Amino acid sequence: MRLLTRRISGGLSAKRRSRFAAPVVLLLGLLITGGAYAALAPANANTKTDDATTIAKGRALFLVGCASCHGKNAEGILTVRGKNYGPALAGVGAAAVDFQVGTGRMPMAQPGVQALQKPPAYNADEIEALAAYVASLGTGPSIPSADQYSGKVSNQELVEGGEFFRTNCTACHNFAAAGGALPGGKFAPSLVGVSAKHIYEAMLTGPQQMPVFSNGVLTPQDKKEIISYLKSSETEPNYGGFALGSIGPVSEGMFAWLGVGVLVGFAVWIAAHTSRSKKKKEA
Amino acid sequence: MSNAKTNGTKPATAEKSSKAAGAATWADDRLGIATMAKKQIRKVFPDHWSFMLGEIALWSFVTLLITGVFLTFWFKPSMTDVVYNGSYSQLRGLPMSEAYASTLNISFDVRGGLLLRQMHHWAAMLFIAAMLVHMMRVFLTGAFRKPRELNWLIGGVLLLLGIVEGFAGYSLPDDLLSGTGLRIADGLVKATPVLGSYMSFFMFGGEFPGDSIVSRLYTVHILLVPGLLLALIGAHMLLLVYHKHTQWPGPGRTEQNVVGYPMMPVYAAKAGGFFFIVFGTVALMGGLMTINPVWRFGPYNPAEVTAGSQPDWYMGIAEGLLRIMPGWETHLWGFTLSWNIFIPGQIAPIALLSLVLGYPFIEQWITGDKREHHLLQRPRDAPTRTAFLAAMITVYGLLWAAGGNDILAHVFHLNLNKITYFMRGGIFIIPPLVFLLAKRWAISLQRSDNDRLLHGYETGVIMRDAQGGYTERHLPISEAEAYTLTARERDHIYVASSTVDANGVAAPAARMDTLRAKLSHLWFKDYLQKPTVEELEEGHHHAEIEHEHDVPLEGHAADGHQFDGRHDIAGEELRQH
Ligand code: HEC
Ligand code: HEC
Ligand code: HEM
Repeated sequence: MRLLTRRISGGLSAKRRSRFAAPVVLLLGLLITGGAYAALAPANANTKTDDATTIAKGRALFLVGCASCHGKNAEGILTVRGKNYGPALAGVGAAAVDFQVGTGRMPMAQPGVQALQKPPAYNADEIEALAAYVASLGTGPSIPSADQYSGKVSNQELVEGGEFFRTNCTACHNFAAAGGALPGGKFAPSLVGVSAKHIYEAMLTGPQQMPVFSNGVLTPQDKKEIISYLKSSETEPNYGGFALGSIGPVSEGMFAWLGVGVLVGFAVWIAAHTSRSKKKKEA
Repeated sequence: MSNAKTNGTKPATAEKSSKAAGAATWADDRLGIATMAKKQIRKVFPDHWSFMLGEIALWSFVTLLITGVFLTFWFKPSMTDVVYNGSYSQLRGLPMSEAYASTLNISFDVRGGLLLRQMHHWAAMLFIAAMLVHMMRVFLTGAFRKPRELNWLIGGVLLLLGIVEGFAGYSLPDDLLSGTGLRIADGLVKATPVLGSYMSFFMFGGEFPGDSIVSRLYTVHILLVPGLLLALIGAHMLLLVYHKHTQWPGPGRTEQNVVGYPMMPVYAAKAGGFFFIVFGTVALMGGLMTINPVWRFGPYNPAEVTAGSQPDWYMGIAEGLLRIMPGWETHLWGFTLSWNIFIPGQIAPIALLSLVLGYPFIEQWITGDKREHHLLQRPRDAPTRTAFLAAMITVYGLLWAAGGNDILAHVFHLNLNKITYFMRGGIFIIPPLVFLLAKRWAISLQRSDNDRLLHGYETGVIMRDAQGGYTERHLPISEAEAYTLTARERDHIYVASSTVDANGVAAPAARMDTLRAKLSHLWFKDYLQKPTVEELEEGHHHAEIEHEHDVPLEGHAADGHQFDGRHDIAGEELRQH
């Protein structure tokens, strides 16, 4: 898996003429498969031992706020039609809970195509307790530590992060991480302003439509590089002036028509200001 | 309308000779330009804002030439791999093509380079938009009619070349969007039955992307197409001068004369000033608004793609067609016919282009109007044509929106699939509705013109007669306006001459003739014609009666009537009762 990503995003000279012109769908398919494999593989065992009191606190919170959809023991609840009110959470890991609850996606306000972000309903301690509880149900990715997602990287690593980002993420999130649409009313949100920890966790747990980028696909180092690329892009000045939403040529085209409108306005103005003598006569 | 009623007020005066004049005489003795120019300088141009739209296109083209030449000093049209070492740190050390690296270099390390790049791109967007707006004016006013069909054809080719030129330019920097666009072009070429893959290999010099497309497009972009554009623009202007400019109907204006200002000095001053306005607007846009931030897209890499991959707006229609086309394919003897690409990518654009280029001839055939025209038609006086344009603009808008379906979905929180389904139906349903609406609208405007001619204009003065009835005073419109409104010609529905040939057998030619008569009928049937002389007299007569009706009321002025606009109101006040 890792080899594959490396080859795709690595040396450009080879790739230019290469067979890797395959549609990105295929690439994503591979990544998803790889992600699922890596999630199931025991490599990510939760090493942190949470003490029993935190877990008990988490369970209490869970019963109140989450059990209605996820079940009393987080075993998941099926609707009559066989869909999920909420999926089983055993094995999703503390990282998933920290991401979902920390970005306000959980508890989900109402069933919909996509759980939307909102201000978090729980404070940091409560999130930690919920995470500990869910982590105790089965092994899954744990919450990354600060040195995993932040810290200085060299410029070369930053550039490499950009390549990883363009290879793995822009298809959904757009070149400027401004977000993009997905089929069926779903969307990949803008990544601007998302905390480094949550970016890391998103890659690790693959929320909803997003594929899982397990450590086998993008190593912790790769993830850190992506994050530093995203963070440095956020602070990058807009060299060209107003960015017009950073959503590509469609908005540029609209402004071009605005420009033509202005010029037509000038044409009207010039035509209206003819020779002075005539103006006076008319007045 | 603010228009000159004469060709100028002062006769030309001879300047006293100066050094510059001496040089000019020297040159003229050898080149003979002045003698040639003298006649052209006295050429008269009518004055109306809509006649300046073509100029926007012209001046943005000049801006493109200026900024484009600047870019050629630093741009390197090569796909050779280099390692970027410029000052944009996000990409430093990355292998990329020389074309992309030099574009980064222009953007970040050449003084004023980014400004010029952005100006070049904005000017390109404006150039094509201005050509379209200009074309719409020509279309709506019937300025393409005989003898100007050829100039319409040239204009159509200019538009096409502009689009090709824009696409070539968009592909030069070899960034992610360039390459994605070329990949689509590659797909379009490959969709040609049987020959597709050979054509693609020929175009890219091997398998896509190859290593020669950028240098080939460069030649196309800075030599071939600009050369053609220049030549055709020249021809366009020559024909314009030769045919003389069309003008709006009005007092003193006929099919035989042109009323306006001479080229020198009024028109030249206005036109020259307009260049600076266009250039200035482009400079402002280039300085303030990001366009094509290639540094954010990254170098082209066939394994990458980004959300928001769209072409420039003028290709939006092609993108939209591709996006809403259902995925139809036929498999025959091991060959695949990709209707899903062939129809939107090749058949549709060719059909559209033929329609645009052939329009003057199609209309001529249907209406049977093959006379020369130098007076313009108002859009309302050709309702079918006007409505056709409204429908075409709708098609364009819908397809552009369809091409940006993911952007719409994302920005307005809509469902991507539903937008696509909506467009699939909408493209067939909405334009005809717009057509009907626009046609009815134009005809209503014709009706209001006729009302003005027959009944005069509404004064807003309400009269109350002895019986207590209320009427609104109408006053006749001015002679000049009446002249202008009646300047249009009557429309004649084409009648098929004979449906059978000499032997009484329906001839194929006759069948065409019948079709033509039917189309002509459909074309004209709801049009309103201008009132006849009798109707006008009748109208005036009616007005006189109405006036007599008012006369007995004159003495018994009700309060407030003194302000009806027909009395001297000096010193008048509201009377107290
Ligand atoms: C209204 C119902 C609802 C409530 C309440 C709710 N969830 Fe969820 N949750 C869902 C659904 C539905 C999904 C699946 C979303 C998806 O992947 O499309 C989900 C997904 C999750 C996931 C991600 C699972 C994965 O596979 O990564 C986590 C973690 C989670 N919920 C935690 C919680 C926690 C903790 C709470 C309580 C604070 C909670 N949820 C409350 C409906 C709910
Ligand atoms: C198949 C499309 C897809 C790809 C590829 C993808 N994502 Fe996502 N991403 C999504 C979707 C959909 C969501 C929204 C999930 C949700 O709302 O729960 C998301 C959410 C996120 C979030 C959370 C944003 C927030 O506002 O909280 C982050 C961070 C993120 N993605 C980062 C990445 C990174 C980094 C990559 C590349 C390594 C990537 N994504 C690749 C689809 C994608
Ligand atoms: C009708 C005329 C033209 C149109 C529509 C047009 C359009 C474009 C466009 C859209 C680009 C991409 C710009 C970008 O990087 O964002 C481009 C690039 C370029 N154009 Fe033109 N152009 C025209 C004429 C010319 C002329 C006359 C020249 C030179 C003589 C020229 C030279 C260049 C060069 C060198 C580039 C690549 C540089 C770069 O991308 O930074 N263009 N053109």
